[in-house]
Amino acid sequence: MTPISRGFRGRRQPEGAAAKLPPGQYETRDFPVLSAGPTPRTPLSVWDLTLRGTDGQTARWTWDEFVALPREKITVDIHCVTKWSKFGTSWEGITIDTLIAAAGARGVKTASYVLARSDGGYTTNVPLADLTNGKAWIAFNYGESPLAPEHGGPARLLVPHLYFWKSAKWVRELRFMETDAPGFWESLGYHNYGDPWREQRYAGDE
Amino acid sequence: MSAAPVGARIEWRVAKVLEVVPETPRTRTLLFDVPGWPGHRAGQHVDVRLTAEDGYQTERSYSIASAPKDPKLALTVERLDDGEVSPYLTDELHPGDVLELRGPIGGYFVWEITTGGPLFLVGGGSGIVPLMAMIRHRHSSLAAENGEARKKLRTRLLYSSRGWDEVIYRDELAALAGKDPTLEVIHTLTRSAPPDWKGFRRRIDRAMLAETAWPADESPRVFVCGPTPLVESVAGTMVDLGHPPALVKTERFGPTGSPT
Repeated sequence: MTPISRGFRGRRQPEGAAAKLPPGQYETRDFPVLSAGPTPRTPLSVWDLTLRGTDGQTARWTWDEFVALPREKITVDIHCVTKWSKFGTSWEGITIDTLIAAAGARGVKTASYVLARSDGGYTTNVPLADLTNGKAWIAFNYGESPLAPEHGGPARLLVPHLYFWKSAKWVRELRFMETDAPGFWESLGYHNYGDPWREQRYAGDE
Repeated sequence: MSAAPVGARIEWRVAKVLEVVPETPRTRTLLFDVPGWPGHRAGQHVDVRLTAEDGYQTERSYSIASAPKDPKLALTVERLDDGEVSPYLTDELHPGDVLELRGPIGGYFVWEITTGGPLFLVGGGSGIVPLMAMIRHRHSSLAAENGEARKKLRTRLLYSSRGWDEVIYRDELAALAGKDPTLEVIHTLTRSAPPDWKGFRRRIDRAMLAETAWPADESPRVFVCGPTPLVESVAGTMVDLGHPPALVKTERFGPTGSPT
């Protein structure tokens, strides 16, 4: 049985905010930074993005080619596994659907799972179905400004319906895989899927 | 340590407060008895969950301060004036009270004897807490070892505090360093210092890191924990000084103080 914390009252969220908060989360107005190591700094002149099919076929965009793709403005709530949620964050980016369609035209075949790989060696795995149909982007602007390096700039994956470690900072490659394989945090005790509404924080959470 | 089976759910456990130790005007260490605690590695953290009488719950994460072999699980909590949870933990919680926690959590910002050294630890404010777990783990594991083993795991801590009264674990750090020449504790004070202070008197910068860090060719394991601006600056500078990014592990805590 859950014990009552004697004398603890807590700070109730206003009704509207409470409904937007997944279990165990609290709202922050800041934008905290969480990364496991130093922030990589890749010049835009050498930056590229690669989509890699299961057979090794690739599609690649330089920075200028990438930002010339059709872009979208996005306003979403984000939820970090360390408990903070931030409502109404505004981004600009390119949908994964757009990238997949363009890569498909170059012969890149998708598969059921995706491993995102970043500068600095970070990886995270996401099912393809969670990246398609307008559910995910590669974002390069936050608000009206270029995404700051400590928040994942020049470009990061944005998968707002999963815990934010899935929104890989400094992303450089999406690799399609027939079978699922855990990424960085998924190998270090965090949940393989990471749905905040089911509070899937750690390995073993249902 | 006795590890939980891989993939097993990390269960909420009822932890009983045994002792509350004031560390500084803003921080308290809470010592817990946690029945069934599966053990931890130095650098890991726990989630704490509080439940109000009407069922309202909230959770926060806190680093573990105790070494894996210590008999009681210790959390050191800094009181954030506008915080929802920390003022309760530092001001309201007394011995005999219970709360729920689950862990240990985190498998990256972790140091064990077998990880090797040398070790360069950089902490800002309450960012010292997981680093202290590493220092305590090193101390208890080396108790029976000779000078050679200690030298291999030679350790420097560079610790930034606002003032001398805000240095967490000040006496314990002095005592540990006093009897172990392979542990060096270097303080820097950023806002105020005693009149006779001879140590660093500024924020951690490149010159300070160049002076205090083990050289890159000794391949030190570097752990940096503190507020985001400190961690960003220290980790970036360590890479500039030639340390491989993979050996520089970071843990940050908010608030960031800026919405960028």
